[in-house]
Formats: sequence, C-alpha cells, structure tokens
Amino acid sequence: MAKTIGVLALQGGFEAHARILRGLGHAVREVRTAADLTADGGLDGLVFPGGESSTMLKLIGFSDLWAPIDAFVRSGRPVLATCAGMILAAKAVAGPEQASFGWLDVDVTRNGWGRQVHSFEATTDDGAVRLVFIRAPRLTRLGDGVEVLHTFDGEPIAVRQGALVAASFHPELADEPALHALAFG
Amino acid sequence: MEKSTFRVKVGLAEMLKGGVIMDVVNAEQARIAEDAGAAAVMALERVPAQIRKDGGVARASDPEMIQSIQKAVNIPVMAKCRIGHFMEARILEALEVDFIDESEVLTPADEDFHIDKHAFKTPFVCGCTNLGEALRRIGEGAAMLRTKGEAGTGNIVEGVRHLRTLRTQIRRLTMLGHEELMTEAKILGAPFSLIEEVAAAGKLPVPNFAAGGIATPADAALCMALGAESVFVGSGIFLSEDPARRARAIVEATTYWEDPKRLAAISTGLGTAMHGIEMEKLSEAERLAKRGW
Repeated sequence: MAKTIGVLALQGGFEAHARILRGLGHAVREVRTAADLTADGGLDGLVFPGGESSTMLKLIGFSDLWAPIDAFVRSGRPVLATCAGMILAAKAVAGPEQASFGWLDVDVTRNGWGRQVHSFEATTDDGAVRLVFIRAPRLTRLGDGVEVLHTFDGEPIAVRQGALVAASFHPELADEPALHALAFG
Repeated sequence: MEKSTFRVKVGLAEMLKGGVIMDVVNAEQARIAEDAGAAAVMALERVPAQIRKDGGVARASDPEMIQSIQKAVNIPVMAKCRIGHFMEARILEALEVDFIDESEVLTPADEDFHIDKHAFKTPFVCGCTNLGEALRRIGEGAAMLRTKGEAGTGNIVEGVRHLRTLRTQIRRLTMLGHEELMTEAKILGAPFSLIEEVAAAGKLPVPNFAAGGIATPADAALCMALGAESVFVGSGIFLSEDPARRARAIVEATTYWEDPKRLAAISTGLGTAMHGIEMEKLSEAERLAKRGW
C-alpha cells in the first residue's frame, strides 16, 4: 500500500532518496520543520539521508527539531538511515565524538575509510547489492539486538534493529531500492 | 573495490547539496565555519576580495596551511588550483583534499587548456557562466559545477546572470527536436552526448552550486530559488562584521530559502555585510569570470 514517507531535507542527498521512494510507489514529503512531521495525518516513515552529519546536527538545533524527530522515531515507525543518517542514529560516534540520537545500538567512526580519494564502489560480499561509499562511517560495535543485513570484506555495512534499517553506504546513489523496500514496503 | 569512479566523485557533490561551502584562510576560521554548520570549507590564502585588492599572481595555497585546516575540521576540505595548472592539482591530490576547485579566482596558468580532470582521483569543481562552458567542464571530468558570478565583489548581479543563463539554455534544449541538437552542440561548443543528456533530463548531469558575490542570507536564498543546489561563500562571511553569525544565517537561509518569514528572522541583526563593488567600477581586465573559456 502506498505510504507517505518523509525525507529529512535539511542538507545532503535527500533528492536521490525521494526518487527511489517514488519509484516504489510511495508519496514523499521533504521534512525541514516539526510541522512537516505531523501535517496531514503525519508520516508513515522517515529517511535520514547522507550529507554532513555535523551540518545536519546544527540545523536540527537551529530549528528545535531534536525532540520532535526523537519522538517520531521512538514511536516505532519505520526508518531508513544512510551514511550521515546512520551517524545520527548511532549510540556513540567517534572521529570526533559528537551528539547522536542513540536509537540504534551501534557505535560508528566518521570517515572510517578515510578522505574522499579513498571513497569507492564495490559489491556486498554475497554479490547481491552494488555499493557506493562516500567518506563513509564505519560500524565499530554492534549491540545484541542488531541484525546484520549486508557485509563488505567481512565487516557489517547494513544493519536492522526493530523498525530501523541503517547502512554506511548509499543505496540511493546506486539505484538500489532493496533497503527502502525492506524498511517501508 | 573500485576507487574514485565518476559516480563516487559526483556522489560527494550530491552529499554537499543544500550545504554551504565557505572560504577560510586559517584553522580558526575553518572551526568557525564548521561550528556555524558549513558542509565544507575551501582552504585558500586570501579570500577573493583580498586577491583583488593585493593584485599580483594568485597561486595555489601553501600545503602547510591546507594541512592545518584538514587537522582542524572533519567536514570536507577543498582547495583551489589555477586554471590549467595540473601540477598544482597533483599536489592538492597528494595532500588528499576532498575536492579541487580549478578556479578563475587564481591567476590562470594556461589560457588554452583546462585540466584533464578525468585523470585525477580527486573530484573537481569548476566555474561556468553558461551551458556550453558547463558541459565543456563536465566533458573534461568536473564532478560539480558552480556559477562563476564575480568573486570578491559582494555583488550578486553576475551570479544571477549566470544562473539565469544556465536555466534558460537548459529549458531551451528540452524543447528542441533531436535533429536540432547537433547544431546546438556546435553553437554552444559542447560535447554532443552531454547535450543529448541535458535535453532528455532537463538538468545538468552533475550538481550545480552558486558562487561569486554572495554576501547575505537573501543572496543565498535567491540563488537557491534560481536553481542553484547550494552555495559557495567566499569573501562574504569573513569580511563581514560578525562572521560567525552571518555564517550561521547563510547556512539556515540555504535550507529554508522557501520561507520568507524565516528569512526575515534569519536576516535580522547580522551587522554590516562586506562593502562590495559595483560592476561598472571594474575594468574588463578585473573581471575574473572572463578567465577560462
């Protein structure tokens, strides 16, 4: 059934996510204010896109979005968080330390593969999914309730915990709708 | 694993959308920019307005200065090389800057040939004033474009001209029949395959940001409304009265450009903007946008 999925559109790769969601038959709403989360009966799910996590945190602060976003995700509605989005969702962030919502019981290191010249394309270890990594974060700890969805070179790169799906890469840049479909149907 | 593919290069440009890229000349300014919410910083020794004032040859920055900024912040760090100066670009790549700006703000090193940007692992951003120039740069491998505007003037008029020109020329392409596209490629001096791509998609194949003359939150919002996907701010922040506050205001305006009430609040009490220059006061030789082709 078609749903209305929000995409946090403060900064970053929100348009590419919107294209994939529309391709799956969902309506898309760009979210920049607390009102965007609740208008017209609210949203059925939310995407946290890639971009600069420190910039997003600033804009969340400037717009008093921390509490409304936190309440939305903790209500248990489906969420997909990619790259910077996964950093926002993590329990703890290193490289350097910064604030995060802590919905996902994992620790991450920002720019875990290095600067842009080390960014790369690859496929998952099972060969099923094309991967685009851009200054990507690295998962350094997984909690007990966290299920690994995909690995690359033996290390986890996509995970699920309850209704939250997170990836250190960019499915939206590789036209890979599988994680969006997993999160939102 | 395949490193530094074109998709990976354009991918970083995609992730910078809606974010502000700020010129900084030292680590302290870089930290102010990051604290204000900049999505990236451009490390250079002098901001464009200062280059204008000082005269002389403007070159790529001292590696020590670039490295001090890389150490100071965690957002992407960009740096400029002269047009055609592929050796400065190789040095910047060796420093692992995240983006290289082949920039008209520095004194051109080659009046005939821009850098073969496909030959690099580091993504490049280049300036453009119209669609032909934009597509030539993409043809050479640029992963991001920015309008040139007129850097270091605090005057948005040239940036607006370039954004509007691009938009009009792209719209025109979408209305032409396929048989008309080769003639258009000849007139614009642009690769035919890219002309076909733009005609079909109605947009450039890489993100286009605005640059040159942005001094206020309203300037940034205007550029977004004219189709820029984000903005570069050079002299406009650190030559203003209260850089930290103005930097934050421009970051907010770039996200909330569609909300005039919010823009009014954002624009309130920022102190004096940079002074600025009228275009009539600039001689042809002082027009940086004319550099490159």
